[in-house]
Amino acid sequence: MGKPRTWIEPHPSGIYVRPADVWIDPSRPVARAAVTHGHADHARSGHGAVYATPETLAIMALRYGVDAEASHNAAFPYGEGFERGGVRFSFHPAGHVLGSAQILMEYAGERIVVTGDYKRRRDPTCAPFEVVPCDIFITEATFGLPVFRHPPTGDEIAKLIGAVRAEPDRSVLVGAYALGKAQRVIAELRGAGWEAPIYLHGALEKMCNLYALHGVDLGELRLVSEADKAEMAGQIVLAPPSALNDRWSRRLPDPVTAMASGWMRVRQRARQRMVELPLVISDHADWDELTATIIDVNPRETWITHGSEDGLLRWCELTQRKARALHLVGRDLEEEA
Amino acid sequence: MRRFAALIDRLVYTRSRNSKLALIADYLRHTPDPDRGWAIAALTESLDFPAVKAGTVRALLATRVDEELFRLSRHFVGDTAETAALLWPEPNRGTGTIRAPERRRGAPPSKVEAATPAVLASLERAPRLRSGTRDSEWRQSPLSVSQAVDALSAASRSDAPAILASLLDRLDADGRYALLKLALGGMSVGVSARLAKQAFAQAFGVPVDDVEELWHAIPPPFAPLFAWGEGRAERPDLADVAFFRPFMLAHPLEEESIDLADYAAEWKWDGIRVQIVHGGGETRIYSRGGEEIGGAFPELVAAFDQDAVIDGELLVRGEAQGGEAASFNALQQRLGRKLVSKKMLADYPAFVRVYDLLAVDGDDLRALPWTERRRQLEAFVPRLADSHFDLSQIIDARDFEDLAERRAGARDAAIEGVMLKRRDAPYVAGRRAGLWYKWKRDPLTADCVMMYAQRGNGRRASFYSDYTFGCWSDAGELLPVGKAYSGFTDEELKWLDKYVRDHTLNRFGPVREVEKSLVLEVAFDSIHASKRHKSGLAMRFPRISRIRRDKPTEEADHIATLRGMVT
Repeated sequence: MGKPRTWIEPHPSGIYVRPADVWIDPSRPVARAAVTHGHADHARSGHGAVYATPETLAIMALRYGVDAEASHNAAFPYGEGFERGGVRFSFHPAGHVLGSAQILMEYAGERIVVTGDYKRRRDPTCAPFEVVPCDIFITEATFGLPVFRHPPTGDEIAKLIGAVRAEPDRSVLVGAYALGKAQRVIAELRGAGWEAPIYLHGALEKMCNLYALHGVDLGELRLVSEADKAEMAGQIVLAPPSALNDRWSRRLPDPVTAMASGWMRVRQRARQRMVELPLVISDHADWDELTATIIDVNPRETWITHGSEDGLLRWCELTQRKARALHLVGRDLEEEA
Repeated sequence: MRRFAALIDRLVYTRSRNSKLALIADYLRHTPDPDRGWAIAALTESLDFPAVKAGTVRALLATRVDEELFRLSRHFVGDTAETAALLWPEPNRGTGTIRAPERRRGAPPSKVEAATPAVLASLERAPRLRSGTRDSEWRQSPLSVSQAVDALSAASRSDAPAILASLLDRLDADGRYALLKLALGGMSVGVSARLAKQAFAQAFGVPVDDVEELWHAIPPPFAPLFAWGEGRAERPDLADVAFFRPFMLAHPLEEESIDLADYAAEWKWDGIRVQIVHGGGETRIYSRGGEEIGGAFPELVAAFDQDAVIDGELLVRGEAQGGEAASFNALQQRLGRKLVSKKMLADYPAFVRVYDLLAVDGDDLRALPWTERRRQLEAFVPRLADSHFDLSQIIDARDFEDLAERRAGARDAAIEGVMLKRRDAPYVAGRRAGLWYKWKRDPLTADCVMMYAQRGNGRRASFYSDYTFGCWSDAGELLPVGKAYSGFTDEELKWLDKYVRDHTLNRFGPVREVEKSLVLEVAFDSIHASKRHKSGLAMRFPRISRIRRDKPTEEADHIATLRGMVT
């Protein structure tokens, strides 16, 4: 366990950058917050000033009513940043969701990267992860156990399309997190040649529109609330995971329940969610991606923020890399993985 | 193995009974012998490979995967077979080295890897694999269920890990899961033996009662059964076999009252329900699921020398009961043993309290009404040694109220309640409405304090669902009195899980010690003296009956109170 740095302090509620008086992804309101991406466990409302990519600020405006135009907030495209208290902050693609960034901080000749959440595989809805060399690499570890190896996304999409075609009288209802996963599943389906309209639960509509405004082509989308039951037979419907076994789904023709999440790799997890068609599609790095990334970045030290930190920590030990676990709180691992 | 793996995968995620039946029936119709027979035996947990156990798999994994990463993964996944299937290293995998460090530092090869040349030799011994193909060809050809079964059956304790490894190397993650479930049991895909038999009946359009009876008389892979199902052969003849007859079962009594003119009442004894069959020159003892357990009770097998089939309760005599039936706790000492010592036979002598007579001297009595079977049973029991067999007595109650009073007053250690049997009913398989009822004694309850919690298994792997609870000693200390993992609703489980996470004091591996701040009302069937626990008590079938958030922990029960309930 390394001694905490003097200029950067991990706290249960976030990472504090002392010389700049800036918090990264704080879970409680602070005066100045640098935010890696728009998911609720990283981006919260109530901060004085928010520093983020333009897309993340737009998402925060949509979800939490943050005023993206306000002068105290600042948007930085990938590769750009700001300086405060001698610390140089910059934003670099993390490949997690639209606008997601790693934050690089440079101070007194030392470079520290906070990844937020990330993945390495291709995602048609966001910029790909960039390896940013650094001294200290602060990484997530949602899937930090070697049981988590996400299969190729194309195989899972083919499984989904196969299931719809196998039962033309039923719809396939896919549980997908509203920010990121839903748009990615849609974009992957389009890439695989699925041209039919895709039906949406109302809770997904605004975020899909935001993605479209940022140039992500999602094809024809229709709202379930405006469709008849019969037209949805043999079609794909997307809803947030919480709606899967809810009364809401009764308006669909005998739906097959599917869910797109990295947790679906474990059978009993899928059974717990009453899922009939598990789709292992994740916006988080799997075990191979996490370990490959640490090798690629090759930092002097690795700090692990949230997830199965014990597993990744053990791997660092086995490969003789210096590492420590930060016990951050308030990270919701279940829903959006 | 691919088709079998796909079947298991579908079954895991299919909730509806009819869909499960359709999936299995389809598999049985379209899969050749002997694969389908082995597959159905695996689904119903009737395969056993003595050389391959969970420990074998763990030891094998330890040679390929770091033990700490395996342990962490096993905790998360909640199932050894699934963890191993996911962790098994595939060739050309990425960077995520997960081997133990010793191996990388060039330590001598482990026993398992050293055994590799012997592996193929041992596989050659398995008849189905003696095809003369070379190692590389053999590795690339698809693995069939029967090849896997042959290889696992041929395994000895010493070469089992290497054989298992060579099989795992030929499969993908789903295939590995299927293989390990087949090898270890614990399929947990919600397929009971009954469901599998129904699927068979549905697949081939034959009566399910016939399937039930033939099933246990024919060993896996059931080739004569499939031949009969497909109309290629006559119904197999069971005249000379000590075959299992499916048990008649009871519904819990929900009616307010029942007319004893129509129903006979007997005590429900708290042992294990058995069927003893003598036929074809041998005696077999079957448990309720049709499992043969005669090996654990050699004295009963030896004593049952009549050409007959009886249904009864297996119990042991207790000294404290003056040679009468002891509690289930005492019987447990005898269960699941392969070798029975003389001391065991002397300390816990087993006997059977006979409820019913299904066949005698070559006649099948099952179609007769209960009254007639009972008459013949009373005439038959004296033919058996009274040291090992006695007749279950009819409770001579005036009316239902009188019966209720006697049930409430029964204090015998081995009485679990009352059985009510319709006098004019034949002996039919399964649970049929209105024929037999069980009317258990009301459970005892105690208010206990939650002390420790542990994560569950399988679908409960992410929940703290197993709770250890205690009561107050005379010295004012909480001592554990039992552990329960049922009785609550899904909503209550979520609440309890959150309670545990929010009130954790200490973590000991998978176990969390919690603040002693929550009272649980625990229901249990009976309570016994036990040396295993510090409190000196052990509960039978404890379950959480209520969460008493309202109750201060000081008001939980004292151990002295529980001691007063001991039978």
